[in-house]
Amino acid sequence: MEGNIGELGQFMGAGLAAIGSGIAAVGVGNVAANYLGGALRNPSAAASQTATLFIGLAFAEALGIFAFLVALLLLFAV
Amino acid sequence: MEETAHEAVGLTFHPLDQFALTPLFGGGGADYNPPFYALTNATLWMALAVLGIFLLFVVSTRSRSVIPTRSQSVAELVYSFIRKMVDDVAGHDAGRFFPLILTLFLFILFTNFFGLLPMSFTATSHIAVTAVLGFGVFLFVTVLGFMLNGKKFLGLFWMTDAPLFLRPIIAVIELISYFVRPVSHSIRLAGNVMAGHTVIKVFAGFAQVAAISPFAILGVAAIYGIEILVAGIQAYVFTILTCVYLKDALHPGH
Repeated sequence: MEGNIGELGQFMGAGLAAIGSGIAAVGVGNVAANYLGGALRNPSAAASQTATLFIGLAFAEALGIFAFLVALLLLFAV
Repeated sequence: MEETAHEAVGLTFHPLDQFALTPLFGGGGADYNPPFYALTNATLWMALAVLGIFLLFVVSTRSRSVIPTRSQSVAELVYSFIRKMVDDVAGHDAGRFFPLILTLFLFILFTNFFGLLPMSFTATSHIAVTAVLGFGVFLFVTVLGFMLNGKKFLGLFWMTDAPLFLRPIIAVIELISYFVRPVSHSIRLAGNVMAGHTVIKVFAGFAQVAAISPFAILGVAAIYGIEILVAGIQAYVFTILTCVYLKDALHPGH
């Protein structure tokens, strides 16, 4: 069990950054769930709102991707 | 650092090896840093994507029959899908930019899909590639906005609906979010594609352990299915966001 403290920090930081991906998943699920809820209440309006759905998903997901990117950078690029 | 990671996990290949650039005509190595004119596997797969688009849209629609052949109807389907999206999201007067949007969509879609072929290379997994697309869209939209609207384009940042004392604060926030756009636009595509392909390789690495190898292979198959979905959705998301930015340039007041 030897290693340097810098590596420990890298791996811990990467793990912590991965939490961000998980939280972004909550956000993405929230967008999809609300869209589905609205779509079931008013199915006739659902088709016209798919574009908005994807824009919302993309924005929510981008931040999770940032967190994932930080994790990858810590693991492989530092 | 990478050596220790190899030993600890026991992988015979690294999950990120698939993104390595290699020159087409010999040379290269672990720390290969291609000059800008080098022909690498990225060049090859982007050229193949262009060839695929050419085959689908030029060769297969050559006869232009009223009853379309299978490939012609695929081309018509994609065309009308993007046409409708541009009309819905960016407005009817965005029609003259439709060729640009369709080109962007097809290029990203084909590089994504060709990247899913085994032993191939995904050009869109490199931030260098997507950043050119993302910043290109950003520059185009900004220049277009100023050309069409002049000073009124700055109304995008100066919200006249908001109370006066809030406007400077909102302007700062809007300015930051405007300049983060190209970054998130390009990193979203590259990050999604890279993450998915890395996960496939990590699961493939699990298959070395005999006890769990059937599950690993099932996992690879399942994630591969998701990746096909992601390849399409990310191309769609990139183009739909381009349309949203284009709408801001055409009608900054709304």
